[in-house]
Order: sequence, then structure tokens, then C-alpha cells
Amino acid sequence: MPVETQEERGETASPVGEIQLLRWSLLSWEPLPLSGASLRSHDSWTCSLLVPECRLWDPVHVFLTPVVPQWPFYNLDTMFMRGLKRKCFDGEEDIEGTLAGIKAIPSYNLQRQSLLDMSLVKLQLCHMLVEPNLCRSVLIANTVRQIQEEMTQDGTWQMINMQNTGQASVDRLVSTDILCRSSREQAEGKHVPGYSTFSKDFEGDQAQDSSETMSTASSVQALRNLQSNVWEMENSQENKGNFQKSLDQIFETLENKSPNSVEDLFSEVDNSYYDLDTMLTGMMSNTKMGHCDGLEPFPSPTTTTSSSNCKSDLNELDHIVEILVES
Amino acid sequence: MFFSPFFKYRFWKMKCFSRYLPYIFRPANTILSSSCHTEADIISTVEFNHTGELLATGDKGGRVVIFQREQESKNQPHRRGEYNVYSTFQSHEPEFDYLKSLEIEEKINKIRWLPQQNAAYFLLSTNDKTVKLWKVSERDKRPEGYNLKDEDGRLRDPSMITSLRVPVLRPMDLMVEATPRRVFANAHTYHINSISVNSDYETYMSADDLRINLWNFEITNQSFNIVDIKPANMEELTEVITAAEFHPHHCNTFVYSSSKGTIRLCDMRTSALCDRHAKFFEEPEDPSNRSFFSEIISSISDVKFSHSGRYIMTRDYLTVKVWDLNMENRPIETYQVHDYLRSKLCSLYENDCIFDKFECVWNGSDSVIMTGSYNNFFRMFDRNTKRDVTLEASRENSKPRAVLKPRKVCVGGKRRKDEISVDSLDFSKKILHTAWHPSENIIAVAATNNLYIFQDKVN
Repeated sequence: MPVETQEERGETASPVGEIQLLRWSLLSWEPLPLSGASLRSHDSWTCSLLVPECRLWDPVHVFLTPVVPQWPFYNLDTMFMRGLKRKCFDGEEDIEGTLAGIKAIPSYNLQRQSLLDMSLVKLQLCHMLVEPNLCRSVLIANTVRQIQEEMTQDGTWQMINMQNTGQASVDRLVSTDILCRSSREQAEGKHVPGYSTFSKDFEGDQAQDSSETMSTASSVQALRNLQSNVWEMENSQENKGNFQKSLDQIFETLENKSPNSVEDLFSEVDNSYYDLDTMLTGMMSNTKMGHCDGLEPFPSPTTTTSSSNCKSDLNELDHIVEILVES
Repeated sequence: MFFSPFFKYRFWKMKCFSRYLPYIFRPANTILSSSCHTEADIISTVEFNHTGELLATGDKGGRVVIFQREQESKNQPHRRGEYNVYSTFQSHEPEFDYLKSLEIEEKINKIRWLPQQNAAYFLLSTNDKTVKLWKVSERDKRPEGYNLKDEDGRLRDPSMITSLRVPVLRPMDLMVEATPRRVFANAHTYHINSISVNSDYETYMSADDLRINLWNFEITNQSFNIVDIKPANMEELTEVITAAEFHPHHCNTFVYSSSKGTIRLCDMRTSALCDRHAKFFEEPEDPSNRSFFSEIISSISDVKFSHSGRYIMTRDYLTVKVWDLNMENRPIETYQVHDYLRSKLCSLYENDCIFDKFECVWNGSDSVIMTGSYNNFFRMFDRNTKRDVTLEASRENSKPRAVLKPRKVCVGGKRRKDEISVDSLDFSKKILHTAWHPSENIIAVAATNNLYIFQDKVN
């Protein structure tokens, strides 16, 4: 079957060669080669890898807003466009795209999950110096609610619930995990005030251990508490203060890092997930198995954990690199 | 929408006012760049007054700049009424809310002119929390010949005065002074998004995310709350007010739009608290276009009555809609502003562009509507001929007095010459605020820190 070239597809997906180069850059701390047609040299702006021309964020925000699971070979919009047209994947139709090896069509669940993650993080970042935009918060919260309702109807909600209760295996709020992990590296398990503040928001319990991560199960509760918190601004001062503190802490520790210790950051990361060949092989084998749900780049929802781990680990990598590139 | 070189109006650039940092304050690496501006220079609102003689702009730094149209002179007939800076003043200062420990931005959200009743001009300007009434007046004469004091102002010794004289008014250099006449504060818990002067010219309303208050111009320490959509339990909040406006002729009628894509028309005669709408405008959702972002893109960012008062125009993220007040179940016209963004909604959600609030305006005769887009593009739609045009507000492309060339965005496939592909659009260059002269074809377009004034070419 014909494999389209990048120009023919009109998309910004990278061929395999670039992916490997990207990975190498991550490990050696050179600035990431940003994809995209026209890059303008505004130093004070940063790019979204999805919309390279967008110059919207100041350097502060780029630390805090994660790039949505940015596989170099996903075009997120295509992902959503294709996924939303059909809920049930037709395996045969998708084989063409996937056997190109690069353009994988993720499951509708994955799209939905990544949107949920993105939305939750956006809601979190409302604790800034200026009062957050209420309209924006309400719209994001409604989106999250809509996704959760759908997931509940699907039954996906219960499945994830069962997996994640009790075990802090999946971290849905990626940016806070970065805050946790980075400072944990340096501070030898010191209590992170910023994260505990978030926990306080969510659970109302001061004694929350900072290492307890938010699972999707509790995110509903988190959302409600977060909503009322954001909108009532009760703890805003404290949150802001603590959040600032934790931010400063992390910036400090990152700046003080020597190049050698940087690799220590990655030492905890499970390298097996970065073996691109393994991943691709995994995809291919799924393809060949002819999964009944159609083609998914990851195993079925029953093993969502590992895929999400993979995804979130790469997320962390992106974040850390972004932070370091900026500093 | 099709490429239409035969749009009714052909605009040429009259002037471009830009705010930049002076060279000495710019960082060294941007000395030669024309794009070095501070965030405070970003224009946040544009408004012509009722005669079109004055054009007011507000920026993020809390300043208001008023431009005045030059009187047409016989000596220079080709300079057909250009706009020049008339007055600049600091309307709002940044404040700090000590109770909530949050900053209150000084950004001017809206400016509304009052109709002129004497020699002075009056306008309302508002930031997130406080509305101010400003009086802009000219002074071109000053009295001379006081008895009790010198020209310098020093008091004269009364024993030295031998005769009395009557002070006379002598001309002086024109001075434009702006004075705050009223400050309407402490009435809004949430951020004010709209103000609207009533047609009785005695009252006005200010709308924030959850409440609308009615003020009398003379009374600053009280306001009436006429709409309140705050739920008892804030966790149940799903809808906010996004814009509000009074009817241009009926002083008892106003509309407000919501984040769920609905418009409510209220009559203040029915009750003191207008929680029950008289009319409810909502278009049923198109199930084929449903996505996770459907609600976000249906949120209405601006609502404007037509000059006739018969129609309202609403702007949501991708479309402009014209509604007849007599028909509530659907709009009479829908115009696609930038439908090519429909496939990019996830990216636009990620970088927050999807929350951009575009405004829309009518022309003086209600035959053409205009709204902004990205990449410094703005769009005009002729309601009668159904033609539309995309123009660009940019310094590079247009020579002075050159007619603006229509632009085209190509969606995919082959890109013709002069077309721009969707992926090359600059989403940081957005035109959110535009204004149309009330009687002539002169438009003001705010592109970040630049104000462009375009005029219809006279053939």
C-alpha cells in the first residue's frame, strides 16, 4: 500500500530518523530541534510542539503546562479528528495507516484520557497571582465532567478505579509529579510543600503524604474540591505562597545541577520504555494480532497502566528538558 | 466562503499607531526589531464615539488614548479626515486585593462613550472591578488680569492696588484634560466583562461573570443587581455570563450571553431581579459536529445589537451569528469565520487559544458585519450579497494608501500563490478588538500593540 510522504499528508509528523535524533538530544541536553515550518526567533516566547507558530506562553507557564503526550509521531489533532468520527475502530481501515509504522491511530480511550489529563492540569494552574478567568475554568471543568460522565457510561471508569485504588501507580497530574520527583531527587524525600498544598485542596487533610499521587478515581473528588477552591478563592493566598515556594525550590535545585547530576534525574526512569524498537514492535505485534477493538498503539485498557506509565514517563522527560532548556 | 475580490468596500490603510518601547529601554538584541513592545502596550478595547469624531483605545497598562479626526480643510483635500492623538491618560492603576491576596489588573476591559450633551466628552472605562466616568474637555482660553494676584500667581499686596480691572479671557495653546468624575467601585466580586450605556442616558449596566448591576451615573455608592446567576453551591456552577448590552432604543430591554451559547433577553419592567428571561435564544446543537470541544466553541464571546435594534449578532469561537429578536429557536444567518480551525481544536485547547474572546461589530447601516481572526486577519461579511472578504492588518504588506489585498487561507492540498496554509498561521497575532465608524466606512482594528485605521476607498 502506498505510504504517503510528509508533504502529501500535510502534517508535521516526523519520520523515524528524526525520532531517534530527538531522543539523543534529550539525553545530551542540547536544545530540542523544534519541528514546524516557520520558526520565528522571538526569544521570549516558547513553542508548543503541536502548534510551532504559537507564541503564547511566557517562560513561566511553559514549565507548568505540559505538552500533551507528545509522541513525535502523533499529530494530536489528527488523532482527535479521526477518533471522534467513529467510536468503534474498524481494524481493516486502520491497518494502512498503522503499517506505515509511524502514523498510529490511538484508541478513543487514549484520546479521551489525554484530554482529561490536560484539562485537570489546566484547572490546577489557576492558582496564579491574578485571579483566574472564571469562564475558562468553568469551560474546562465542564469538559472534564463530560469526559467523566462518558467514561462512567462506558464502564471504563470502574475499570480504572479498580486498578488504581490503593496503589499510587498512575499519576494523572503530570506536572505535580514533576515537582515532586525533581525536588525529591534533591531533597532526599523532603516534604514538598507545594504538592501537599494541592493535596490539602483535594482532600482537606493536612497530613497527606506528598508521595501519594492522584489517581483517576480520586480526580472526581479532586475536581469538585478544586472547583470550589478555585471559585471561592478561600485558600488562594496560602496556595499561591506555597506554590510559589515549591516552584522556587525546584528552579533552584535545577539551576544548581551540574551536568553530571542531570543524568541522575534520568536514572530512575525506566529505560525500557524508551526503547523505540520495542515500542514499535509492540505496536506491530498488536497489529498482527488483529485486536478485536481495532488497532491501538498500546495494549487494551486492561493494561492501561503500563501504557500510561510509558506516556507519563516521556511526559516527565519533556518537562524536565523544557525546564532545563529555559533555565 | 469563496475568494471575493468584488467585496463592496475596498479598504486602504489610513494610519497605523504603534506603541513600542523607546529605543533606550529595549534589550540590546532587539534594538533593530520593530516588534519590541511591552505587555502594557497591548490594546484591549477600541470604541468610536457616537459621531465618529473620536476614537478611544484602552490598553493592558490601564491607559486610555483618544484619537480625534482632523477637520477636513480645503488646503489639504487629500488628507481626508485623518485621526491624530487627542488625549492620553491613565485610567486605572494596578491594585491589590488584600483580602484575597490577589492582584487586580489595570487592563481596560471596555470603553463606552456617552452621547455628547455639551462641549465636554464623557466616557466610561472599566477594568476587572471598577468602572470610572471620565470627562475629557478642552481648554483653549485662560483668564488674565486678576486683581489680587500676579500673572505668576503670587498674591499682590492689597495696599499697592490702586485700580480695579476686569479679567479677560485670552487664547492659549489647546490643552485637553481628562478628569475622573465618578468612580463606581466595590460592586463586583467577579471580573467585569461588559458595560453598556442605556438609551435613557441616565443609567448604565456593568456585567461580571455571574451578576449584572444597574447604575445611575450620579450615584456611585449604590447599584441595583438585576441579574444573578450564581448558584447557592459554587460546585454546581456550569454557566457564566460572557457579555451584556442594552437595547439601543428601548431602555427597559437588555440581552446577556452565556458560556453555553445561549442569549437571554430581559425586560426590566417585569421584576426587579431579571432572573427570568423574556426570550431565550439558543440554536439546537448539530449532532454531526459534536466533539469534546463543542461546548467550549459554542461559548459566546460578544453580543451586539444592530443599530436598528431588530437584530443581535453573537460571536462564538468559529462563527458569527445574526439573530432576529422575533425568532428564538435559531439564528437567521450564520457566517463561518475560520472553519479551517475545526480540525485544530485540540491544539488550540492546549495552548489556550480556544478561550480567546473575539468581538464583532456592525457597520452603520447594519449591512456588513466584521470580526477578527488569527494571523492579524479580520473578516467582513456583507449580509445582503452574502459576499465576504479576509483582510490583513499588517505593516509589512501595505504601502501607505494602498488598497488592502484580500487574503485566503488554504486548508490542505495545493496551495496557490498568495495563499497561506493553516499550519503557517501565527496564533499569537490575533485581532480581538475592532470598531466601525457609526456613519462612514472607516474601521479601527487593534492588532496586539498596533492600531490600524482603514478607510473605504472613494472611487
